[in-house]
Amino acid sequence: MEEERTYTISVYTENNIGLLNRLSAIFLKRHINIESMTVSKSEIEDVHRFTFVVNISETQARKIIGQIEKQIEVIRAFYHTDDEVIYQESALFKISTKHLYDEEIQDKLKFRRANIITITEHYFVIESSGSKDEIDKLYERLKPYGLMQFVRSGRIAITRPKMAISELLQEFN
Amino acid sequence: METQTVVASKATTSKTVHISGAEAVIKCLLEEGVDLIYGYPGGAIMPIYDELYKYQDKLQHVLTRHEQGATHSAQGFARVTGKVGVAMATSGPGATNLITGIADAQIDSTPMVCITGQVWKHLLGSDAFQETDIVGISTPVTKWNYQVTDAAEIPEVMAKAFYIARSGRPGPVLIDITKNAQVETFDFEYKKCTSVRSYKAKPTVNVAQLKAAAELINGAKKPLIVFGQGVILGEAESEFKALIEKAGIPSAWTILGLSALPTEHPLNVGMVGMHGNYSPNKLTNECDVLIAIGMRFDDRVTGNLDSYAKQAKVIHFEIDPAEVDKNVKTDVAVLGDVKDTLTEILPMIDENAHTDWHQEFKDYDKIEYEKVIKDDLYPSKDGLTMGEVLKEINNASKGDAVIVSDVGQHQMVACRYAKFNQSKSNVTSGGLGTMGFALPAAIGAKMGVPQREVVAIIGDGGYQMTIQELGTIFQTKVSVKIVVLNNEFLGMVRQWQQLFFDKRYASTELINPDFITIAKGYHIEAKKVTKREDLAGAVQEMMASKDAYFLEVTVEKEDNVFPMIPSGASVSDIRLS
Repeated sequence: MEEERTYTISVYTENNIGLLNRLSAIFLKRHINIESMTVSKSEIEDVHRFTFVVNISETQARKIIGQIEKQIEVIRAFYHTDDEVIYQESALFKISTKHLYDEEIQDKLKFRRANIITITEHYFVIESSGSKDEIDKLYERLKPYGLMQFVRSGRIAITRPKMAISELLQEFN
Repeated sequence: METQTVVASKATTSKTVHISGAEAVIKCLLEEGVDLIYGYPGGAIMPIYDELYKYQDKLQHVLTRHEQGATHSAQGFARVTGKVGVAMATSGPGATNLITGIADAQIDSTPMVCITGQVWKHLLGSDAFQETDIVGISTPVTKWNYQVTDAAEIPEVMAKAFYIARSGRPGPVLIDITKNAQVETFDFEYKKCTSVRSYKAKPTVNVAQLKAAAELINGAKKPLIVFGQGVILGEAESEFKALIEKAGIPSAWTILGLSALPTEHPLNVGMVGMHGNYSPNKLTNECDVLIAIGMRFDDRVTGNLDSYAKQAKVIHFEIDPAEVDKNVKTDVAVLGDVKDTLTEILPMIDENAHTDWHQEFKDYDKIEYEKVIKDDLYPSKDGLTMGEVLKEINNASKGDAVIVSDVGQHQMVACRYAKFNQSKSNVTSGGLGTMGFALPAAIGAKMGVPQREVVAIIGDGGYQMTIQELGTIFQTKVSVKIVVLNNEFLGMVRQWQQLFFDKRYASTELINPDFITIAKGYHIEAKKVTKREDLAGAVQEMMASKDAYFLEVTVEKEDNVFPMIPSGASVSDIRLS
């Protein structure tokens, strides 16, 4: 069996209702779990970008790209290993204010370059960005204080190789 | 995300008129050259049906007896004409009943546009009467789909639907139109769609790929071509024939490639795959260059991939880049419409005959004839075989009929033995294997090519899945010939149960009704044959009939289809018994 690794799949698309369903169906049909997903505007006006993170083999990644690119409203799709992308995830931690002046917490936040973005009478909220592992580590460190809420975003990624979407759109027209 | 209502496209114009969305749908169909559609009315699509009533002199609507029948009829029409088939249904159950036909059209690359009515825009998501998320449901089985909620979107979306359905690798498109969009009025202007940003219908032909392919073909000692429906969809039959004749390459077909090359052509070496012919399956594992043209290496074609043509260099002529290296690793991929790539490669190909190599096919053919074909076509036992029915149909049709088959044993027999002189003559459900396909597909096929004889060959199981379409045949007077090969079993499943499940015939025996009485209930002329001496006469009578005709043939109950590549085995492990 070919080795599975983490791939970041970037998909440049038109901005149409239902496209998310169409793309997720491609993963569903092949029984592939989507580890994370984000959708946003891209660097090109009217072009959106989906970023999926999946653990699959390279053969699967290549075939998935073929199936994704086949969709009418997909302009182009790419897959990259972690070495080929600069990526971040964002996380928010809500913790009881009674721990706010705990020195240990303060140390942990410095260590992770995390910021306190809100403080109220009852709780405060910590924000941190980083790799999945970094956020996992911070999560483990903050867990003992009783997390009132925790949420993490999907991966956002910028690739090291060029993705020539504007040129491609020129060619299409 | 926001709705994008405007889709970039290039085009030519027609003049502006102020009309309803429903009328616009009809005008769009007429602009696309559609004069025949299949469907079933209901609440959410009534405004469009009301317009159909007004336009009935220009646009014929065939009322099928079930929406599934409408899709298969549209498919049958598309497969014999090469045009886009159109099916229409109401929201909710009307729309969900289209799904099997849409899935079938998707996997068999059939151009089809389905139009569904939807509840009013303000009711979307309220679980209104007959509301269903048909766009969500149909997404994985459509080439494209779209929900129209504003009448003004209709011309552009319809133009795009037809362009996408027919261009590149064809496929089904579903357009869901809310009721308000059908009744609202707007200034209608039609522009045909000729391109869609983000969609490239055909890959650009690459000369380096052609040269690499030509080099391999010219150097081959034992080349084998396997061709599929791409040759038919690309209307590249003559380019294909020119290539194989120049290079002298034995050519085998997939079930959907059948009829692209006349059956009697000396280079036609038969069908590949699970119930294909002995020689092309055996020699797949002996050829030195395997040239796949417009086919997709389905598992029923390849058997076990680990032992499929491992000795051969593989060339793949293909329009859909996602098919390249999907199942079989290719050495040279030639991307593009086969019409273009075959035309361009022809001058690069050396003339050849490969006489010794052809002899290897003939040697295997002799074995298959002795062990299988002889007994199928000229049986010595009392019971009738499916093969001899096909032989009689060939005798009567002289190879000029369109043969529409359902799914199962009779389908394999029909494809193995039916003779074809011209392309677009074999209509069958290949990829999805949809039982119940043939009867409605035959209706569409006959309406598509009314001047040709259309014979549906159906098993007693599949026949009862869409038997209600006899009503459509009766009402429209479409003169399809229906042959039911009745073995009182779900024959193919029974065959597997016999071979691989120790004859445990779980739910495969059918206690059938009197099919003759049923046909007569629909005023369709009907005859039943149980004896060999009556067969030829009955087939001739059927073929001579000007009207629809139903012929039931009682065939041997427990015959098996051979050759057979057992599931998971290699193509070269094909069994003859």
